[in-house]
Amino acid sequence: MKMTMRRDVLLGMGAGMGAMALPGIVRAQGAARVVVVGGGFGGATAARYLRRLNPELRITLVEPQERFVTCPFSNLYLGGLRDWDSITHGYDGLRAAGVEVVHALAEDVDGSARTLTLADRTRLDWDRLVLSPGIDFRWGELAGYDQAAAELAPHAWKAGPQTQLLRRQLEEMEDGGTFAIVVPQGAFRCPPGPYERASMVAHYLRTHKPRSKVLILDSQDRFSKQALFQQGWQALYGDMIEWIGQSDDGLVVEVDAGAREAVTAFGTRHKADVLNMIPPQRAGLIADRAGVTDETGWVPVRADRFESARVPGVHVLGDATIAAPMPKSGFCANAQAKVAAAAIAADLAGQEPPPASFANTCYSLVGPGYGISVAGVYRAEGEKVIEVEGSGGVSPLEAGPGFRQAEADYGAGWYASICADVWGTA
Amino acid sequence: MIRLLSIIPLAAGLGAAHAQDLDPAAVQVLAGPCANCHGPDGRSPGAIPSIAGLPEADAVKRMLAFRDGTDPSATVMPRLMKGYDEAEIRALARWFAEIGQ
Repeated sequence: MKMTMRRDVLLGMGAGMGAMALPGIVRAQGAARVVVVGGGFGGATAARYLRRLNPELRITLVEPQERFVTCPFSNLYLGGLRDWDSITHGYDGLRAAGVEVVHALAEDVDGSARTLTLADRTRLDWDRLVLSPGIDFRWGELAGYDQAAAELAPHAWKAGPQTQLLRRQLEEMEDGGTFAIVVPQGAFRCPPGPYERASMVAHYLRTHKPRSKVLILDSQDRFSKQALFQQGWQALYGDMIEWIGQSDDGLVVEVDAGAREAVTAFGTRHKADVLNMIPPQRAGLIADRAGVTDETGWVPVRADRFESARVPGVHVLGDATIAAPMPKSGFCANAQAKVAAAAIAADLAGQEPPPASFANTCYSLVGPGYGISVAGVYRAEGEKVIEVEGSGGVSPLEAGPGFRQAEADYGAGWYASICADVWGTA
Repeated sequence: MIRLLSIIPLAAGLGAAHAQDLDPAAVQVLAGPCANCHGPDGRSPGAIPSIAGLPEADAVKRMLAFRDGTDPSATVMPRLMKGYDEAEIRALARWFAEIGQ
């Protein structure tokens, strides 16, 4: 009974107040203010859940784009299985939940004065800051690949115009052409992403340009859900997809974007008709400005609250963080956001944060009706994330078509659910 | 062992950890990732079943069957439920039962 009542306090009040909240109330004097930078899976979740946990809090979400296009399911757009609108989400749901949404670029953070400066020099004060900036690219690290080159050989690793550019290039490609995708060195967003992309492009090509080829040039020798992907590729696309791992000279060190050529460590030149270059990555720039990144370019955090190990009061979520064994996924960013929101709400109320607990499920679509997944359950042990022993793992290799179909359907179900959870959209 | 460690502070001094012994704020955090697939508060807008308002006893039985690998229709749930002990499973079942449909 006690639990029921307190659950009502935690949840019920949030839901009730959210509908009635007016900006005037949100700005009530004395209410603590949390500023959230980044309106993706991590940031929008943190903003939403903070309001639910404590409707008195003033929550400001800073996100430059008015419409957010998700990386998850952008491969399905490339494969022709989803339209653009279905992977695009606005912020009305968050506003309705009482979150103040500011469309601006966050430019600087002062961790001691507790301010965030926007591009127009507006300064926002905060009691707690949440950064969920996603990734930035290490332009120039790969010889020949810069922003101008990305207009010829798109990365499409931040969903948006780049994704649409890549789709147009695929549409313009002649039958019998080669689509090459280059997998970068170092940690990158969405470990199974390049292989799902190869799958979705293969689906498109098999349907429209069946004499074409998909080539994966990889800086790694093993990849996420490898056996499952390779089994699916064989079953659905025969030998259309060729994967070259690092030891077989798959590491690309130089690009000629104009000629759409990728050059490997041993000097092999691969000529493509469409070249999808995924560049090396690091935490979004604002993390650097806030002083929370380390020498790797990523952000170390205390796993029990996803708070910066360097700047107290600054919580960092999602792809920008060093959270291994949790992968850089939208699901993880959302799970981390809930832990951070609970920690912030407790902390501001002078209470001890509840124990952290996280989970992840990443679905990948190998072809229509053919889904595979990897899952994990995580806890904080001291300041580190640990995977709960015995939990998690990938879909069974020996599963039949019914299982693959179910996981394809559940992948779509996951997307509907998480978008409702993050942006209040389906 | 790792799993037990995170529970001990909550269940300290109580014999078996029953659902009602877990702090609601802790259960809310445990329940957080469920929404990613089953929808906000366990109300799913898509192909994954809703879990809000499931009778507590049925939900416990189902989650334990997932965990023990005895549900033949399962896909990802066995891999996930292996990350939770019985007290946590009971707490989650109660949490979503009390949310109501």
